[in-house]
This record gives sequence, C-alpha cells and structure tokens, in this order.
Amino acid sequence: MKVVGQARRRVDARAKVTGQTRFADDVVLPRMLYGKLLRSAHPHALIVEIAASAARAAPGVHLVLTGADFPTAYGIMPVSQDEHALCRGKVRYVGDPVAAVIAASEREAADALALIRVTYEPLATIASPEEALRTAEPRIQDYGEGPNLHRLAHFAFGDVEPALAGADQVFEDVFFYQGSTHLSLEQHATVAALDADGRLTLWSSTQTPHYLHRELARALDMPAHHIRVIATPNGGGFGGKSDPFNHEIVAAKAALVTGRPVKITLTREEVFYAHRGRHPVLMRLKTGVRQDGTIVAMDLETLLDGGAYGSYGPASTLYTGQLQTVTYHVPRYRFRACRAFTNKPPCGPKRGHGTPQPRFAQEVQLDKIAVALGRDPADLRLQQLAPANSVTANWLTIGSMGLKPCIERVVQGSAWRERRGQLPFGRGLGMACSSYLCGAGLPIYWNEMPHSGVQLQLDRSGRVTVFCGATEIGQGSDDVLAAIIAEVLGLETTDIKLVTGDTDLTPVDLGSYSSRVTLMMGNAAIQAAERAKAILSASAGQKLGLPAERVAFADRRVFDVENPSAGMAFQEAVVAAEVEHGTLGTTGSYRPPRSAARYRGGGVGPSVAYSYTAAVVEVEVDPATGWVRVSKVWIGHDIGRVINPVLARGQVEGGVYMGLGEALMEEQAFRRLPPRLSSALVHKIPSMLEYKSPTALEMPEVVTYFIEDPDPSGPFGAKEVGQGPLLPIAPAVANAVFDAVGVRVDQVPITPDLVLAALGAKAKGKSGRVGPEAFPAVPWPEALVVPPPWEGGNGKAINEPAKSRDALPTHHSGTAGVKV
Amino acid sequence: MSPRRDARKARIALTVNGEERDVVFAGYKTLLEVLREDLGLTGTKHGCELGECGACAVLVDGQPVLSCLLLAVECAGADVTTVEGLARGPALSLLQAAFADKGAAQCGYCTPGILVTAQALLERKAHPTRAEIAEALSGNLCRCTGYLQIFEAVEEAARAEPHAQGPAAGRPHVRTEAGA
Ligand code: FES
Ligand code: FES
Repeated sequence: MKVVGQARRRVDARAKVTGQTRFADDVVLPRMLYGKLLRSAHPHALIVEIAASAARAAPGVHLVLTGADFPTAYGIMPVSQDEHALCRGKVRYVGDPVAAVIAASEREAADALALIRVTYEPLATIASPEEALRTAEPRIQDYGEGPNLHRLAHFAFGDVEPALAGADQVFEDVFFYQGSTHLSLEQHATVAALDADGRLTLWSSTQTPHYLHRELARALDMPAHHIRVIATPNGGGFGGKSDPFNHEIVAAKAALVTGRPVKITLTREEVFYAHRGRHPVLMRLKTGVRQDGTIVAMDLETLLDGGAYGSYGPASTLYTGQLQTVTYHVPRYRFRACRAFTNKPPCGPKRGHGTPQPRFAQEVQLDKIAVALGRDPADLRLQQLAPANSVTANWLTIGSMGLKPCIERVVQGSAWRERRGQLPFGRGLGMACSSYLCGAGLPIYWNEMPHSGVQLQLDRSGRVTVFCGATEIGQGSDDVLAAIIAEVLGLETTDIKLVTGDTDLTPVDLGSYSSRVTLMMGNAAIQAAERAKAILSASAGQKLGLPAERVAFADRRVFDVENPSAGMAFQEAVVAAEVEHGTLGTTGSYRPPRSAARYRGGGVGPSVAYSYTAAVVEVEVDPATGWVRVSKVWIGHDIGRVINPVLARGQVEGGVYMGLGEALMEEQAFRRLPPRLSSALVHKIPSMLEYKSPTALEMPEVVTYFIEDPDPSGPFGAKEVGQGPLLPIAPAVANAVFDAVGVRVDQVPITPDLVLAALGAKAKGKSGRVGPEAFPAVPWPEALVVPPPWEGGNGKAINEPAKSRDALPTHHSGTAGVKV
Repeated sequence: MSPRRDARKARIALTVNGEERDVVFAGYKTLLEVLREDLGLTGTKHGCELGECGACAVLVDGQPVLSCLLLAVECAGADVTTVEGLARGPALSLLQAAFADKGAAQCGYCTPGILVTAQALLERKAHPTRAEIAEALSGNLCRCTGYLQIFEAVEEAARAEPHAQGPAAGRPHVRTEAGA
C-alpha cells in the first residue's frame, strides 16, 4: 500500500504549526456580543428568586437570561433528560449555571453578572455515593432507580456462587479509582449566529456535532434542519466535549433573541465545573481461581460517584463491568453496578469511559494472584487469554485478538523474565493488560440508520472532495479519512479536499467518542471510494480498451495493471467518467452488525472489534519520600493495521501520558467548606497549576510495539488506538510499585503519602497495603440472568422484565426536533 | 457613557512579527488579548489566562513570555514574535516543518506556545540535550502528545544543517523547509 501504513505529515499539520487552525474561540464575527454565565455558589439549594433588573440596566448589557427562558429539558442520553441550559427552581452543584448576561464585551458581561442577586434556600448536600446510599431525602434528581441512585444494574452470566465455592482459592479486594478531568488545553467555546436566511449556526468545540444538533433542536424547540452545527477543530477532547453544554444552548438562544452573533468562552475554572470526566469508582472484586491461577468465576461490584446529573451515566455505569470478559476467559461472571447522584459536577466519559477503573481492579488483583500462587504474572495472563473469534460470558463477540504478541513483545523488550523481582529495593517492574472498543455497537439514541456516512464528489479538474460528519479533536480523523480515500483512488492525502463536522454540509457521523471513527468512518469512506473507483475504472477502461478489472490506480494515474505504461492521469479518468455519466458523486455508509447480546443493558459493551494492549512499566520508588518516578514504559498495542505510524504512535504516547497522570497525581477532588462558610462542596483545585498533571519533565521514555494482525471488520484491517493504550498504565504502575518496595496501593492516584503509609504499616509488621477497606451495602435489584454461550444461553435473559426498554421516562424517539 | 476605568483606551507602538504596529485598545487588556482581539492574531492561544499552561507564550524581545500575564501597555516599543511570524512567506520554518513531520502537533492547541518557546531555546542553544528541551518546555502543558514527539521535533530541527538555507531575516533558527 502506498499511503496506508506510511509515515506522513498529517493533512492538518500545516494549519496547526502556522496558527491558522480556527478553533471555536478564534471565530470572530461582526457585531458579536459576549456571554457569561452566573454559576451557583451553593451545592444544593432551591432558587427562591433571581433579581436581575440592575444587571439588565448595566452598561453594555443586551440580554439577561434565566431558567424561565429554557423550559425544555435535554441531556445526551434519552433516559437522562435532566438538564436545563439554566437551572429552573434548583441548583445541584457549585458551578451549576443559573443566569446568563449577554453584553457588548466580556468585561461588561462579567461586571453585570455581579449585579444579579439570587436568593437561595439551601438544602442538605450529598458529598459521596456512600452518603447518597444513606440519604433518601432531599433528592438531587426526581428520577432514578432509587432515591439519589441514578442507575442500578445486576447481571448474572451464569451462577458464580457454586463456581466460587468450588474454586481452589478465592481472592477478594476492594479498590478505589479517583475521578479525574480531561483538562483539554482548549477551554470550551461557542459562537452562535443567525445566517443571512435567518437560520441558526453554531460553531462549537464539540466532539459530537450530531448529538449537539439534536439537543439544540430539542432545547430550543426548533426544527433541526434550521440549525447548523459546525464542529470546530477541538483543542483536545478526551470525552470532555461530548455532552451538549449549557453555554452552547445559552449562546444559541441569545443569538435568536438578539439577532446578533454571540460568543461564550468558558474560563478554566468553569471548565473544571463543566467536567463530565472520569467517575470516581469504588470496586469490590472477588475472583475464584484454580491452583494454577486460571479464573473460574468473577464477581464484581462497582459504585460510581455520578455527580449531579445523568450525562452519559447509564452507559458509564455498565462500562464499569461489561468489558471485563474480553481479555481473559471468564467462565462465569456476576456484575453489579450502582451510580449515585452527588452534589458535584456531573461525571461522564473520559478516555476509556468507565473501563480504566475496573481494569485497574482486575489487573492489580491478577498480580496479587500471581504472587500468591508463585506464578509469573505474564504466564498467568498468557495461559488464559480469551480466544479470538469467540463469544464471552456476557455475549460480546471477539474477532481478532492480539494480546498474546503484545505481552510477548513487552516481556522481551523490558527483559521482564530476567529483571522482575530481581531489581534492587526501590526499583520495580509491573505489567498490566487491557482491551477497548472500536466503536460502540449502538448509537446513543435508538435508530437503525448508519453510524457514519461519507460523500465523495469529483470533477473535471481532478478534484476529489470528501464530506463526512466526523470531528477532528486532534486524534487525526481528517488524516485517516484522506488516507483511506487516497489509498483507494491512487492519490496522495494532500490531493483530497476535506469537509468535515458540519451538519449542513456533511452526512452524519455520530462523533468522536468510543474510539469509533477510524473503523466506522473508514469503512464508509472505503465504500464511497470503491464506488467512485468502479465508475472511473469503467470509463477509463473504455478509453484504454480494457475491461474494468484490469484498470489500476496509483501515483495519481489510472493504468493497465498488466502494462502500467498504458494509462492516463487520474484527472483524465475523471474527465472520461464525467463525459459518460455527467456530474460525479458517490456515497458510503457504515452501521455495525447486530450484537449477540440481547438482554437489557447488553447495548453497552458490544463492538465489532476490540483492540488489545499490554504494558510493562518500570518505576523508581524513593522509600524516604514515597515519590514514584516512572523511568520507562514498554507498550504493545494490537491495532490491526497502522494507517499513519506517526499519528498512531502519538496516540499511544498520549494515552500513556494520560494514564500516568491518573496513576500518580490527577484528582478531581472536592471539599466541604466549614458550616460557617455554607457547607458548600467546592472543587479543591480548579486551576491548572494545582490540578497536577505530568509536565515535560515527568514524561518517561516509551517504547511502542504495534501488533498488526488485520481485523476483517476494520478499514484495511485497522482497529482503534485512541483510548486503549491508557488503560493498562495505572495498574501496571501499581504492580511495579509492589515489585519495587513490596507494598500494595489499591487506589489511584498513588501519591507519595499513600506509599509512605503503606511502607510505614509494613515496617510495623502490618500488611503493607493501603486502599479502601469496605464496600457499602447497596440495594441490588434482582439479577438479570443471562446464561453464557457454553451453558446453553442464546444471548437473552431468562427472566427479562416484560417492559424492558427504558423503564425510565423517555422523551426521545423519532428524529430531532419532532416533539413526541 | 460614563468614563469607566476599563473603558479608557491606551495606545502603543510596537513591532509584531517584524512589522510596526500602532494599536489602540482598552487599557486593562493583556498582550494576549491585544494580539488576539485588536490585532487579529488568533494563532496565540489561551488555556488558563492565569500563567499556568504556556499556551499563550510569545517572544518579547526574543524571550518567551506568557502573554496572558503581561499588560499590553507594558509592551510599548517591544519586538513581539507570535506563531504567525515563524514562517517566512509560504515556507514553514525548520522547526515548524519538524513539528509537522514528527507528529508534535496533535490538536495543535499548545503548538503555538511551544513553537515559540522552542524557537527561543534553539536561538540560545543550537543543539540542546533532551533534558534541556524538557526543561525549557516544562512550563508548556500539552495534553495530547505525551511530549515525546515534541522533543523529537525540536531535536530534528536542531539537527537540520544550520547553514544549508542561510539565516532568514537575521534570525538564525528561522530557516525554512528545504525545497519549500
Ligand atoms: S493562557 Fe497564559 S499561561 Fe495559560
Ligand atoms: S497537541 Fe493538543 S495540547 Fe498539545
């Protein structure tokens, strides 16, 4: 292949190094106004009154909006339509927006905000899921599967109890994975304007223009086809720009009311409160094994701190368990999950969405099992890998499975067999593995349309323009799209003109989330390009006197595959086709196949393919200070096929970096102010300085191995690389710390004080383990019983409740903008 | 309108990317705001406006400076270089070209600040070690790359033969891409 697999300058590189990339806050329009949001200083309170007349009269102010202007609820998921652009009647976390000022300048808007008087009636607050479990009233949301419990799930994939009872050994641990935030360098920004025809256009830093489009139509009560959403290139996303956000809807409304363009850019502090980041998750994991460490059953409970709103929560909840079966063969599996509401900014999807937490639990526990049984952790894993082309206990269909070579490469590269357990005190090696989706099998809202669409347009100049709704968030989706079209048509990526992420111009792509873009957009692009190639082959073949099958495309030429000198320039082939057919255009689309999981909740987890990753991390632990320094990382990733090695490696290194941040320092942490100050739950550290993230000085050397075993369902065999490489990092660090100094830190971040506490306990003859002690009692519902394939199951629950789909009230069905 | 403190305008002359500029702006504005809002140079970014992320770095008299922390009124007579001033005509500088080739810009949001900071490093030290590069860039956060491809790009630019193209506009490291 001439393009796929070759190291290339990405198609948008020039714009990025010259400062020409136009991010949302770079959009400047004539007569533009600026908006600012007034955010609640209370974590939980009724809004008694909003006095805004002084703000309305302030200099430069054009408009003041409150919750009264936004009667319609919205939310990313059909089952959690619990947000209003500005709060109505109640605030639920410090930072919840209650009013907005639109003024001639940002400064005047900010000055006027200070003139708005809001009278609150404070309510009792809930700071943690444990508190939520104990507190029935007051309720943060008026829906859910229990008071202050958003979602409760219980799956029995086979009966784990007898399996655990029959196991040679049962290991039980409680783990905690702290919440963290995306910290995209770009603060969210949006510009809304009425176009010359009076329709609404919104430029926004969003990863999901299609979903934003739908939610704008709902929240503004406008037909969707009168709204255009343009996803500007995101200055980093990582999941943090996947929800429809308050400021987007406020700016749109303000543009409609004032008739002027309106920009809202969040401050960094506001971004910390907008959040939607990693859920803090408490986990209890019980695993039964045979004497050689082979898993016979696994029993996992997870408790998620959801924050104050639903966001992607119903999906996040199920992701804390559903992917536990795709790395190792788990014959029987019970999974129970609970997402609680708390008076904190809502959590949502962050790189790895719900799966890094249970992966940490599973991979650290496996290390403990290996140590207890005297096995090499690498061998323990290798002996029980989930087979390729198999179906798991919870009915996920695995296609290609390259974890074995991933493990072998990192074992070899790190000299694991010679060095693990052999390094001097203070230095250690740790291993962990993981797997991730290549696109969620189902869209956010139920429909049977394609998940990704591509249109190609060609004309006599030789121009090839590709239209696709996919969104460039830095991951390189534009480059992948250009590469695939170029590969099929024998062109260079720089020959392809791209139009992406624009709901007026491009066919729908569901968005840059769940590592879906390369696979889904890529397959749609191949289909569109192959159709164009067929048209061009026939016309060029006629001119060359050849059957279409003998016509080949490469080096910007169309030629006889048996006699390459006989041919024509690509552009001449387009001319020939335009003479024969008139205006040229093709389309392609992709929808993943139906999953084998047919039980309620089985929509979360299925993917047409899974990527696999193994990592070995080397650490140096200073026993005097507890400081953990990561000196080197070896990582093997089963990517199926590399489209652009430069970008693929960048995704791996970026994932390792982000995983190290979560492993060692990042915390979206809150504290309750003393009662005399309001008992508010405030973010401890809503600034980039105090929210610790790794800098250039902390980044270790990373050795990356790609395993290329093309997956038949991926474009040219490609699988994902954007999220998977983050997942093994935190557990590998924890396991390396154990190898280095013999203590277990069963939670992240692994901060120096925790390491010191564990070392101190060990020195006193105690266990040398720090981490959460207990998992609270959760009112688990009755299990949904789904027999695994090897126990005669058919993918359905044998006790499926009669009204299964969406027990919660749903306002969603039909298309955007159509009220039901 | 009442003569409010914020509304008072300031006027300064300065050199931006080699051009004399005379600019009138609200006196409270930072250099970052004046560059982006009053001079239309949106290439320089902001991630915090509190001096914490490095996205807003520009060169003032050759030194990297966080433009969000500097009042524009303090820049009278200064020589300011932003990302827009790195290329010469249509050709990328060697540093820009190396960033493009090595994958040093993913989302590209940190890139303008990192480019000018690295530029200043190379002007100070033609062949920095990796530790020196990391040290120089330790105030510039990048959330996408994990920094390694950025280090490689700076090394690549440093390796490129300094005399091959000759200095552009008197700046030793603003050399342009071969053949471009
Ligand atoms: S915007 Fe200046 S340092 Fe962040
Ligand atoms: S490339 Fe995105 S922050 Fe650096």
